[in-house]
Order: sequence, then C-alpha cells, then structure tokens
Amino acid sequence: MNQPRHSRRAGSVRGRALLLSRLVRRDIRNRPAQAMLLLLAIATGAATLTLGLALQGTTNNPYGRTRAATNGPDVVATVMPTPSPPGPNGPGRAAPGPADVGELASVEHAPGVAAHSGPFPVTWTLLQAGRTTAGAEVEGRSTAPSSVDQPRLLQGTWVQPGGVVVETSFANALGLHAGDRLSLGDSSFTVAGIAVTAAIPGYPQACTLGCFNLTPYNPGLVWATQADARHIADAATSGPVAYFLNLKLTDPAAASAFAGRYDASASPGTPHLYSWQSIRDGNAQVIANVQLVLFTGSWLLALLALASVAVLVGGRMAEQTRRVGLLKAVGGTPRLVAVVLLCEHVLVGLCAAGVGLLAGWLAAPLISGPGAGLLGAPNAPPVSGSTAGFVVALAVGVAIAATFVPAIRAARRSTVAALEDSARVPRRRAEVIRLSAHLPAPLLLGARLVVRRPRRLVLSVFSVAVTASGVVAVLVLRATAAGWSLGPRVTQATTIVSVMLVVLAAVNAIFIAWTTALDARHPAALARALGATPAQITTGLSIAQLLPALAGALLGIPGGIGIYDAAKNGGTTTIPSALWLAVMIAGTLLAIAVLTAIPTHIGARRPVTEVLQAEAA
Amino acid sequence: MNDSSAVLVHAKDLRKEYGSGGGLVRALDGVDLDVNRGEAVAVMGPSGCGKSTLLHLIGGLDRPTAGALTVAGQRVDQLSERALAYLRREEVGFVFQAFHLMDELTAQENVELPALLAGCSPGEARARATALVEQVGLADRARHLPSMLSGGQRQRVAIARALANDPQIVLADEPTGNLDSAAAFDVLGLLENLHANGLTLVIVTHDERIATTADRLISMRDGAFIDETRLTGGSPRQPGTFADWERLA
Repeated sequence: MNQPRHSRRAGSVRGRALLLSRLVRRDIRNRPAQAMLLLLAIATGAATLTLGLALQGTTNNPYGRTRAATNGPDVVATVMPTPSPPGPNGPGRAAPGPADVGELASVEHAPGVAAHSGPFPVTWTLLQAGRTTAGAEVEGRSTAPSSVDQPRLLQGTWVQPGGVVVETSFANALGLHAGDRLSLGDSSFTVAGIAVTAAIPGYPQACTLGCFNLTPYNPGLVWATQADARHIADAATSGPVAYFLNLKLTDPAAASAFAGRYDASASPGTPHLYSWQSIRDGNAQVIANVQLVLFTGSWLLALLALASVAVLVGGRMAEQTRRVGLLKAVGGTPRLVAVVLLCEHVLVGLCAAGVGLLAGWLAAPLISGPGAGLLGAPNAPPVSGSTAGFVVALAVGVAIAATFVPAIRAARRSTVAALEDSARVPRRRAEVIRLSAHLPAPLLLGARLVVRRPRRLVLSVFSVAVTASGVVAVLVLRATAAGWSLGPRVTQATTIVSVMLVVLAAVNAIFIAWTTALDARHPAALARALGATPAQITTGLSIAQLLPALAGALLGIPGGIGIYDAAKNGGTTTIPSALWLAVMIAGTLLAIAVLTAIPTHIGARRPVTEVLQAEAA
Repeated sequence: MNDSSAVLVHAKDLRKEYGSGGGLVRALDGVDLDVNRGEAVAVMGPSGCGKSTLLHLIGGLDRPTAGALTVAGQRVDQLSERALAYLRREEVGFVFQAFHLMDELTAQENVELPALLAGCSPGEARARATALVEQVGLADRARHLPSMLSGGQRQRVAIARALANDPQIVLADEPTGNLDSAAAFDVLGLLENLHANGLTLVIVTHDERIATTADRLISMRDGAFIDETRLTGGSPRQPGTFADWERLA
C-alpha cells in the first residue's frame, strides 16, 4: 500500500482538472433550479446589454436603401407659418398666418440644385381612427409620381381624392392598413396605401423638420391629394399651412454645407433647410432613444443581477456549508474551496452570457425592425466581437464579483464548524434587541431577523431600490412626455426593461426569503418551542422581507429621478404625481408579500424537534 | 516520549478554549499525549468531555489555543491553513460518525477525492479507489450514490476514503455511533484489520467493544485525561484484557 509520496505529483494537473470539473458539474446537476435561476439572473442583464449595443447603427443601411428606392431628396427646404411654431397654440386657438411659399423660390433655383419636387402644402390636424386619436402632419401631393421623393408603397395605391397614404411607422403605431377608414380634421378618408419615405423621419420623429404644436399629440406623416390637404387645412381644428420643397443636388455629399449656408441666415418665415444626413439622424433618433432606454436598463439589470447572484450564492453557500467542510476535511485547501465555487459560478456566467447574446441578437430586429419605418429586411443586426466581449466580460464579472466574498468566507471557515453545518453566529445587536422587546411578537421576530444578517439586508434593500428606480424612471419618462407619444419602439423597450427588472427582483425576493427562512430555522424553532405560533413566525419572516422592501421602494424614488436626469438628452424632468409614487410603493410591498409567502410559510412550519436536534448534533 | 522516531503524535500541555471571560469553555485543559506508530488508542468519556476536540486538533481540523502538538513530525500548532490542508491530505485519514460523504459523488468517486486532491493522476486515483472499495467489500456498490447505500456501507466507503492517500494515522470519531450492531461489527472488523496491518489508529468512541480492541484506552472528563489503561489488544470477537492501569487525574 505504501508508495513514495512524491510520485503522486506526476498527474497533478490532470487529476485536479478532473476533480474540479467533477465537483462543478455534479453540484450544478444536483441543484439545477438554483443554477437555472443564476443563469436567468445573469442572462437577463446580458440580453438587454446585447440589445442596446447591437442596435447601434441599425438605421444606416435601411435609410440608404429607402433613399435609393424613393429617389429621396438631398435637401428638404421648409417654410413655416409666421410666427414660427412651436408655440402654445393648439387646435382651435388663434393660429399664425400662412407661410409664404414665394420664400422657397430662391432655394428652388439656387446654384447646385439639379432637380426638385414641390413645394407641397403641409398642415397639421387631429387624426381619428376607430377609438384612437393622434396628431397628423398632412402633406398635399400630386396624384402623379414625383421626380424627387416619390414614397414607396408597401400596401395599396398612391393618394387619390378621398384616399390618403399613411407613413409606415405611423401606420404600425396606429395599427392602420390599406382600406381602413380614418378622419383628418373634419373630413373622412380611406387609407389608400401605406408607404415609406426618406424625406421625413419616421414616427414619432416627424417633427424634426418643424411642426405645428398639437399638444398632447406627437404627429405622424399622412399624404393626401393637394386638394384634400387644403380642405383639411381649412377646418377649424387644423393648423396653418407650411410648404416643403424636395431638392436634388449636383453633389449630394455637399448637402450639409448647402443647407448650412441657408440656415445661417434663417429667420422666422424664411426657409429652413435639412440635409439628408440630418434626416437620417432623425430616423436614427428613434433607435437612439430605444438604445438609451436599453442601455440604462441594462446597467440597472446588471446591478440587479449582481445582487441576484450575491443572494443566490449566499443561499447556495448556506446549503453547501457541510460540503465545504467535507472538502477541507479530506485535504482541500482554502484556495481549492474558493476556486471550486468561483469556477461553478463563472461557468454559469459564461453560459448566461451565451444565452444573453443569443436572446439579445434575436430580439434586436423586433425593436429596430429594421429601423423606424425604413425599407429593409428585418435581419438581426450583427453582434460584433467587441459587443460579445463586453457582454461576456460583464456576465463573468458579475459572477466573480458576487461570488468572491462568499467564496473567501467559505474558504476561511473553520472546518469543524462547516462539518457541523451550523449557521454562522450573527453579531449581537443590543440596541435592536432592547427596542424590539417592546413590539408585538411578529414584529419583534421580524425586526430581529432583519438585523441578523447585515449583508443580506443591504442586498435586499439594494435589489428593491434598483427595481423601484427603474420603475420610477419610466414613470418620470411618461410624466415628462405628458401624453406625447414616445413611439412604439421606446414603449417596447421600456416594457422589456421593466418586465426584466421585475422578474429579476422577484427572483431575488424569493431567494432572500428562502435564505432568511433557512438561516432563521434555529431561532424560529426555538421561538416555537417557547410558545410562538407558526402564524407568528410566518408574519415575522414576512416582516423581515417587507421592512427592507419599504426602504428600497423609498430609495427608488430619488434613484429613478436621478437615473432619468442622468440619461435624458436635455429638456426638463417632471416628477410623477404622488398618487403614482404611492401606488409604486404599495405595489412593491404587495408583490414582496405575495412572492415571499411560500418560503416564509414553509420556513415557519419546519418540525421543531428536527431543527433543534440537527443544530445540537 | 520514549523514542522520537516511534512517536507519531506528541502533544504537550495541549489546550483548546472557546469564548472568553465568564463564558470561557476549556474543551481541552492541558493534555499530554504520545501515540506510537502502529498503536491503536481508544478515547472514551462522557459527551462534551473534549474527545472530539482532541481528534480535531490531531487531524488539523482545528487549532489549539495553547500547547505543542506534533503529528508525523510537523508542529500542527504552527502550520498555516494551507499546510494543515496538506497534513490532512497526506498524513491523516478521517472517519466520521456522520460519514460525511459527498452526496453527489458515487462511492468510488468519494474514495478518489483525496487522491485527486493530493495530485494523483485520474487513472492512478481510480485504480487506487477501486482497490480500496474492493478491500472494504463494496466492489458491487462502487457506482452507487451515498443515498443508495446503507449506513454500514457508507461508513465502509468513508473508511476506504480515509485510506486513499495511504495516511500514517487514521482518526475515527464515533465510527459506529450511527450503525446497527451488524454494521458496527463489520466496521470494527475493518478497523481491526487496519491495525493488524500496522496502521496507527486513534478512535473516539462510546462503544466498549471498540475500546477493548485497542492497545490503550484513555478516559477523559472535563477536557483532561483521568486515567489510561494498557490492554493486551483484542479483536471484535475476543476483547483485550487489562495489562496496566494508571490514574492520571
């Protein structure tokens, strides 16, 4: 049986690699639910980050294709009514005078202009389709095709008397199709077709070229015959008439410089010129807004994932104490114990990064789709190497950051204590013990459980605070928009981020409740042995979850306002009403109470003798 | 200490204390102990008398508060955490009352674990584990998870695991405490064979059948040795007889 001890070192690397992989694989396989929750937590953040990063530049190619297909203008010149909107006037109020179409003559014949279409009359009015009311920018067009900017039909036919064509992103937002009925101002029309253009940014960015204020509606583009457009403009509820002129230049690349020369001397009532590059950027603004929401959301989700992983790892550690002790008892070094735990979570982090990258890549076309109202197949935007690297680094970083402290703590833990599988002795909080003595039994238990584990308390508050911040930021966004449409894609993005935040926070809440119940098994059993009822224990455990949730929800209010302020592109910030904030706090507490009901219920009903005997063994 | 080369474990004024001030507990209170190579020592005493603490200190699972402790030529009281891990890995084998097997590993894999930790190649660890599992009579149970084994079978796996790195000493903490009579008898037979093959054993037990198979029986109370009995050495079937007796406290 004896053999030289030095000979054992020969297969050291292979043997340890086998040992490491065996321990990691078996533990993951033994606790698949926990591994899945970990994966879900990290993958959620990774997917959102992928989505945000993948959307960069998604409108460039579709805009180019649309411009080519519609013979899009190099420059659009507009002359707005005097005094120039935007102003406080809404439909039905005293409107400014009509624009002077003669102002565009000098632009039309300027050196460098190769061709033009228009000027076309443009007015703004309310659109009613079924029960939906929206703002509309109505451009009067000839029934014959234009040489410059002839919108490409995706459905139906071009404008005809009594028949209008709706810009595709606007039609998507309203759910309109060719053949539907709608009213513009006082007149009723049929949707003759759905089309794309490269002359005006898609909904909700149509106002990039100037708008008449239709508060609270953010208008989308509709084409009508020139006669219909003038008829609409005559309605009492419509705004004044402006004119848009589409120009083709001999040197399209010089469009920005051409527009810049006129804009330098522009004043109210004189032409404003917009280059195709600025229109392209206006289109990209839709995606930029989505990107901003997703990017901000992904950082919030990454923070939440960090809390989730820390909570999950903490919970796993509570269940793995004996395993750690055992590993050390048979000769595992503290470093090996830490490495096993780190490897396990890094592996899950890598898988989560893969899942997140795939999910983000697949979801991107649904949001960019293929750019706000432009031509192009809805392909998934490419996930670049740097995006993949960044997402993987973030996922693995989150896993390592969250595992590091518990892994080191486990590695340093006394082998004997770990083998006994006893809960760590919490620090005594004399002040809390003294004060809570005056409270009813459930509150007493809840207050003492809350302060038992300061790290868990911080994670619990942090987790709820991050989610509440995200929800408050969305409320601020909506309050600031004051009813102006954010566009379907921004709404989609905020919904995605909000749902993911809530899902992750729910996972955290359940796990924190479970870990607390596990950790509190001995004091809970003791309290029951001394006469506490299971209901009192359940209530105490629930209170232990609700107190940090309340603190987190309250912290979420300044947090959300701060996030909005930091992320917004200028403009003001409107604080949501107190009612909405109160609903957010009440909703948070209700959700936490419901989500933690089962773990606390189970925790309070463990057999007393079983727990006490296990602790004594 | 009679012969330094023959002495495997040497403890001098060994103390282990928990808590402080009024809550101070002296789990071990100035224990002196020598265990010679090839010797089997049984430690008996009431619960809480410090038997397991002594075993934990000898095995490097815990550190003494004071005193000197040498195991296999190494000063355990002065070793780093890493060096203690190496001591547990190379020189000591543990058998616990609660078996302490890895639930997710098969019997064979549990036995391979210490060998892999010690740096054996996978093939070497497997071959060694196979031999040991066979030695403890569980060749047909090698691929079973601990949950599929009886208590006696689990303890036999634990004994095989304790031998995986060919330790100089095996420390057994109530090895039959969780077993029925038949299983306990099997385990006693295994321990007896190990002793007969020259392995050093320190066994903490409440079971007099085990105690009487040892070369020496130490009785403890309140963290100290109270008497020591030398036995002729027996077997599970034929207990040893008293050869010498000394009251120590």
